[in-house]
Amino acid sequence: MTPSSAEYHPSRPSTPAAAWSRLLPTSWIAVAAVLVSLFALLPLGFIIWVAIQTGWTSVAQLVFRPRVGELLVNTLSLVILVVPITALLSVALAWLTERSDLPGARFWSGLSVAPLAVPAFVHSYAWITLFPSMHGLFAGVLISVIAYFPFIYLPVAATLRRLDPALEDAAASLGNTPWRVFLRVVLPQLKLAVLGGALLVGLHLLAEYGLYVFIRFDTFTTAIVDQFQSTFNGPAANMLAGVLVVCCLVLLALEAMLRGGERYARVGSGAARTAVRTSLGRATVPCLALPLITASLALGVPFLTVGRWLVAGGAGVWNLDVISLALWQTLVLALGGALLTVAIAIPMAWLSIRRPGPLPRLLESCNYIVGSLPGVVIALALVTVTVRVAMPLYQTVATILAAYALMFLPRALVSLRASIAQAPVELEQAAGSLGRSPLRALWSTTVRLSAPGAAAGIALVGLGITNELTATQMLAPNGTRTLAMAFWAMSNELDYAAAAPYALIMVVMSLPLTWLLYVQSRRMAGR
Amino acid sequence: MSFLHLHGLRKAYGNVTAVDGIELAVAVGSRTAIVGPSGCGKTTLLRLIAGFEAPDAGSIVLYGTELAGNGDVVPAHRRGIGVVAQDGALFPHLSIADNIGFGMKRDEDARDERIADLAYVVGLDRGILKRRPHQLSGGQQQRVALARAMARKPRLMLLDEPFSALDTGLRASMRKAVAELLEQAGIATILVTHDQAEALSFADQVAVMRDGAFSQVGAPRDLYLRPKDRMIAEFLGDSIILPARISSGIAECAIGHIGADSTSPRDVARIMLRPEQVFLEPASRADVANTPPNVVFGEIIEAEFAGSVSTVALRVLNSLDPPDAAVIGNHPLILRRSFVDAPTVGAIVRISVHGKAHVFDGTA
Repeated sequence: MTPSSAEYHPSRPSTPAAAWSRLLPTSWIAVAAVLVSLFALLPLGFIIWVAIQTGWTSVAQLVFRPRVGELLVNTLSLVILVVPITALLSVALAWLTERSDLPGARFWSGLSVAPLAVPAFVHSYAWITLFPSMHGLFAGVLISVIAYFPFIYLPVAATLRRLDPALEDAAASLGNTPWRVFLRVVLPQLKLAVLGGALLVGLHLLAEYGLYVFIRFDTFTTAIVDQFQSTFNGPAANMLAGVLVVCCLVLLALEAMLRGGERYARVGSGAARTAVRTSLGRATVPCLALPLITASLALGVPFLTVGRWLVAGGAGVWNLDVISLALWQTLVLALGGALLTVAIAIPMAWLSIRRPGPLPRLLESCNYIVGSLPGVVIALALVTVTVRVAMPLYQTVATILAAYALMFLPRALVSLRASIAQAPVELEQAAGSLGRSPLRALWSTTVRLSAPGAAAGIALVGLGITNELTATQMLAPNGTRTLAMAFWAMSNELDYAAAAPYALIMVVMSLPLTWLLYVQSRRMAGR
Repeated sequence: MSFLHLHGLRKAYGNVTAVDGIELAVAVGSRTAIVGPSGCGKTTLLRLIAGFEAPDAGSIVLYGTELAGNGDVVPAHRRGIGVVAQDGALFPHLSIADNIGFGMKRDEDARDERIADLAYVVGLDRGILKRRPHQLSGGQQQRVALARAMARKPRLMLLDEPFSALDTGLRASMRKAVAELLEQAGIATILVTHDQAEALSFADQVAVMRDGAFSQVGAPRDLYLRPKDRMIAEFLGDSIILPARISSGIAECAIGHIGADSTSPRDVARIMLRPEQVFLEPASRADVANTPPNVVFGEIIEAEFAGSVSTVALRVLNSLDPPDAAVIGNHPLILRRSFVDAPTVGAIVRISVHGKAHVFDGTA
């Protein structure tokens, strides 16, 4: 042994360089996650700041009044009815398309994702022009279920495909009927997917504006927009948003509580075998009714209505110069916003799976809360901040992209988190033991494996931006007129025929993204 | 008394026939091992018996009840057959206690005590019951899987390579423990494995499987010493296969005249010896010159020491007119076995054989 023998062991953990490299990935990622969360807290901080400025007496006056109670009942009824119905519908559809011998399972699977291509307010537009008298809670529940069930269907179907059928075999050999196997083994393993999707649906219900305006159903979000339009920057809108934040907190807490700390990566070695599809037998025809009815309501009605208005409008409604400009602007904003959002969501998602603890949970919650705020509140915050602090950024592309990132972080997070959870940490450690530096190990294993999740996230965010309305209207540089803005302007003037081309283009544009989402979710499952 | 009968069992996936006309009888409380290379169809066969798949043809009869045949299939959950899968297939969302109790009735009397008893029986610590599957080692997971399957008191237990994920030492002790445990419980067992030593040591009945069919079924000793053909012989262990002439119960071959297990005379036959039948005693060149009749000498041309077991290659010096001497001339005799004093390269040894040579049917 020579005195300098330590030099021959560069990997000894006692050397400062090695210690640093062990700490590096987590701390770097944590710093990034904290920065993103701080940025995400901006709109929330804005509301709190406004509340303080307004003073407690005024706050109490604005919050504790019958109108707020009425909005609360409306909004909560919507969530309580829509979330369980969507979950049931999605799980049933996912099981039928992934685990049964339903004729045309792939076709129905595609149709169960396709409603994502139809913006929520276009669904509403379709129904209201077909049945002009539709209004209230029932209409709200119907259209919401139809518009949002793919958010649960997608992760549930992907998880069903990935489940190790050996577990179901084991349960069957332990004397459980197929139905009990489903209840006791399959369903618990779908929990993470259902909860993730349900949270997303819940947040959409809280944040959606256009859908409920069409059917004259007041929620917090529609009320906030009304307030804002009448008083511009008034405290009333901000206080309503405060109550909305509380609702989001409750949803988040519920999901976190139900999610628990279970590990869902597969235990054991080797690759899972392919699941055997259950034979439906005589139940085939009644089972076919479910995807058929769902597809007719979710796709048939919008296509019928949009088609009818297009025929009624004829060639006159196709102003190509105006339309192609709107299309181009929408594309640029959607892609830019989606890339930005997923990029800043990665540290957060990685942290919440790999280093679960109070800090990641807190940071993640911040992102979810902000993401669940209606676009108008985020836009309002950004308007105020840019006007007061960073005037050159006011009404620039940077500001609108930032708003998109804040709004759609949860979409990116849910996709990323689910796929990172499926990439066992052991792979990352194996790459490390094969000589990859921690960051490169992360890149070559977890990042690669969760790439499908990231792609799904990009598609989901891009879809969201394509159909986003309120924040775009408020923040986009002067002269911007996206498809959604044009559509909304036309339908507000009750010129349904002139709005139809924009609805059609939004749907057609969303289709490739939806298709990508569908393909990626299949690939994520390995087949 | 046999209680499980497989008859003409057949299963194909598309063009690939995974199981092709399997016949098997399993005795009450016995242990059967199905051994074969990967892809031979042994896991498919197990899945057919468990009821996870339906056979295309043939029947499975358990205690006189037809589980599969004539298109009727009893589903897995009504067969009462325990299964332990390769990696345990523990439910990741349930605690160990709930995994073990999964097959029990929820209102069963003294459920918790039974779970604790089962854990004790398979050698698990009580403290482990509250944990989750991913917190357990591979060996512990397998024990849990076994306890979970035993909770149903099955009459038949299917083990699908349950020891293959464990390290060597643990594998042997688990195998012994499982064998004893199931024997005490009076549960008949079918073990599927690709490890011939595991099959031979575990079972009373071994079936060698190849390309979806059984090549040979029998007691481990019979299979090892009297394999039907060269492939089975080599699959089950090291073997020395020599051309020979058989007359009046004696096999005349390159390493002398050896008692044969077949009396029918044949001019061209092949015999098999296991390495442990062949003994080498030190000798000298002088001994070779003064060779007495029917004594064969060899020279060590390669020697590899590997602890308890060594491998030597030797050239026969005075072959006794074998029918096919060239084979021996070109291919030295390879012997892998344990020696008290392993010979070194260049040493002259006297070759002797204990026990009888096995004569293959035909010219295999």
